[in-house]
Amino acid sequence: MRVLAAMSGGVDSAVAAARAVDAGWDVTGVHLALSRQPATLRTGSRGCCSVEDSHDARRSADVLGIPFYIWDFAERFQAEVIDDFVAEYEVGHTPNPCLRCNEKIKFAALLDKALALGFDAVVTGHHAKLIDGQLMRSVDAGKDQSYVLAVLTAEQLSHAVFPLGDSTKDQVRAEAAQRGLAVADKPDSHDICFIADGNTQGFLQKQLGERPGDIVDSSGAVLGAHSGAFGFTVGQRKGLNLTTPAPGGEPRYVLSIQPKSNTVVVGSARDLEVDLVCCARPVWTSSALTADFECLVQLRAHGMVSGAAITLAADGQLVARLTEPQRGVAPGQALVMYDGDRVLGSATITSAERVCMTA
Amino acid sequence: MTYLDHAATTPMLEEVISTVSQQMHTVGNASSLHTSGRAARRMVEEARERLAAALDARPSEVVFTGGGTESDNLAIKGIYLARRAENPARTRLLVSAVEHHAVLDAVQWLAAHEGAEVEFLPVDGYGMLDPAALAASIERDPESVALVSVMWANNEVGTVQPIAEIAELTAEHGIALHSDAVQAVGALPVSFAASGVDAMTVTAHKLGGPYGTGALLLKREVSCVPLLHGGGQERDVRSGTLDTPGIVGFALAAELAVQRRAASAARLAELRDQLISGIRAQVPDVLLNGHPTERLPGNAHLSFPGCEGDSLLMLLDARGIECSTGSACSAGVAQASHVLIAMGADEPRARGSLRLSLGHTSSEADVLAVIDSIAAVVERARRAGMASGALTAASLPAAARPSGSQLSSLGGRI
Ligand SMILES: Cc1ncc(COP(=O)(O)O)c(C=O)c1O
Repeated sequence: MRVLAAMSGGVDSAVAAARAVDAGWDVTGVHLALSRQPATLRTGSRGCCSVEDSHDARRSADVLGIPFYIWDFAERFQAEVIDDFVAEYEVGHTPNPCLRCNEKIKFAALLDKALALGFDAVVTGHHAKLIDGQLMRSVDAGKDQSYVLAVLTAEQLSHAVFPLGDSTKDQVRAEAAQRGLAVADKPDSHDICFIADGNTQGFLQKQLGERPGDIVDSSGAVLGAHSGAFGFTVGQRKGLNLTTPAPGGEPRYVLSIQPKSNTVVVGSARDLEVDLVCCARPVWTSSALTADFECLVQLRAHGMVSGAAITLAADGQLVARLTEPQRGVAPGQALVMYDGDRVLGSATITSAERVCMTA
Repeated sequence: MTYLDHAATTPMLEEVISTVSQQMHTVGNASSLHTSGRAARRMVEEARERLAAALDARPSEVVFTGGGTESDNLAIKGIYLARRAENPARTRLLVSAVEHHAVLDAVQWLAAHEGAEVEFLPVDGYGMLDPAALAASIERDPESVALVSVMWANNEVGTVQPIAEIAELTAEHGIALHSDAVQAVGALPVSFAASGVDAMTVTAHKLGGPYGTGALLLKREVSCVPLLHGGGQERDVRSGTLDTPGIVGFALAAELAVQRRAASAARLAELRDQLISGIRAQVPDVLLNGHPTERLPGNAHLSFPGCEGDSLLMLLDARGIECSTGSACSAGVAQASHVLIAMGADEPRARGSLRLSLGHTSSEADVLAVIDSIAAVVERARRAGMASGALTAASLPAAARPSGSQLSSLGGRI
């Protein structure tokens, strides 16, 4: 089998490539250049886009003795991930760029190119399992990345290899050290790779400019001002700078973003709870489900898991009735459906509300 | 293995390897006054004379450096600063748009930090500078020109520049002229004395010499501010303990390259033409970049519409054929080549380009290996180009698609 190992310069993708070599496959390493103006050095825990990261990837490939190339996907990444990220925030959504990158870059642009060039599959260092074509959670619950892979179709998954799903992050690091990979103790990256300073709000403001508006409560009473509704996320508590304190002094949270009126609606933690989540664009990771069913759903990259009854509407909409109300369900995020540890599919959250008040 | 990347670096000559390693057994700092030091000095000075002879220069015009990049930087920054010090009005730098990054980035640095006004001289569809454009640019205000820099031959597309005409223009106005002759020496007749050039960049590793050794040939009357301060070893223009083995190897490589030049150029030009026509027979829509006749004998720079250079490179590499994409690697990321862009090439043409460069070890077997593989490789790369949705000519809207005539004006079909 000829496989292409996507190597970010991090420890996970290096060990994944190493395991592909051990499997006896013909492995070629590729680092995706996602920025036209990469920073020279990596700063803290951000990204995989600096020249230092591509150097780290190259050194890992050297240790493994595999060919290594840098492929320029900057243009595609800008159009499919960064522009989408900004556009989503602009309409009041909270996008997940990692998920988008898997959907549009790693398992679309990259995979298509790899297949056309004669490779059979793309290997990545994602923490997830693929067993008989079924996407499953990693054994390392804390590092599990099945959520950001749940946008892949069965066809895409049939050309994916995730060699790390049976290992914890600690095991991966230990193995990297034992293999002599210099990235063994490189810090994890967990911020958005294209926002070098980690300041998402600042990044968005630079892209979208200042758009001052009101922060209001559910009744419409003005409680404060903001310089751009796009900078907020449902469930956010910090950085609201409200001028009018809440009665009883209880903390207030962003309940919704209203792009049309450019207002941010805030309320109490209890107002934040929802149990009915409406979604669009369902994607099935194995066979398409057509009848209503019950399963577990995860509503954010980390945590926020609940039981749910799923209803499939004729118009392609998918509605999840949660057994446990959740706080901070944000439009734009993915709802991922699980049968135990097995991923069934995902859909994009469009709205959420509270219908049942007994919980 | 089929090595077709001699423009990046060419294998060291056996004679050079043995001379360099022999010299490495010998101790001696060429600045030391004792016997060993004097012996090293003698080796350096003999090498200087031999290098000068090979390039038709005077020994005192040779400033040894750490390679082409250093020589370019020294010439551009050093001469600019010296000529501006003589006359503060001299702030204009006129350079061709197709220079190597060692020149381009140096002038850009001077623009950012030393008040230089840089003018990039346009080139035609073949990458050739029009001396009339240079004349017009100079005549706008001859007094304010600090330096003109035009490479002897282009490292990417291989086009040879009209250096003699350019030198006439600069001489007429008493303006200093620098030329990067890294790719020219050993491929074209190069006489420093006859060229009219005031400063010329040469590097050893493109001639079969060692890496990290080069020279700036600098006329004695041209003043140049040093970039490296220290012991003042090289005419007080360049400091640093001299690399005696490297310098000795450099001189030998230059001597041999110049001695063998005529025969080698004829042989390589024939192989190159065979390579180009062989590829053309397999891939009829291939495009030749650069000048059809005024080009380096070992250079074949081709565009494969619908392909991405990096796909072509990888597929050829997997078959044991080594070459370069037509793009400069900047910060680890391939950028569309500034040379092709300056020539008016569109993105797809720039992205789908490959440089195959022949040299002293190249043989007909290398040419046949490429011809044998190219159809399958291009077919694959084309599919990958479509698959990854790159901006290929075919995927562009009709209005943006270059017409055949536009493409051929950039250098013509082969
Ligand atoms: C035209 C030209 N100038 C300068 C250089 C740089 O020379 P060096 O590699 O010796 O620094 C090169 C080669 O890389 C070149 O082709």
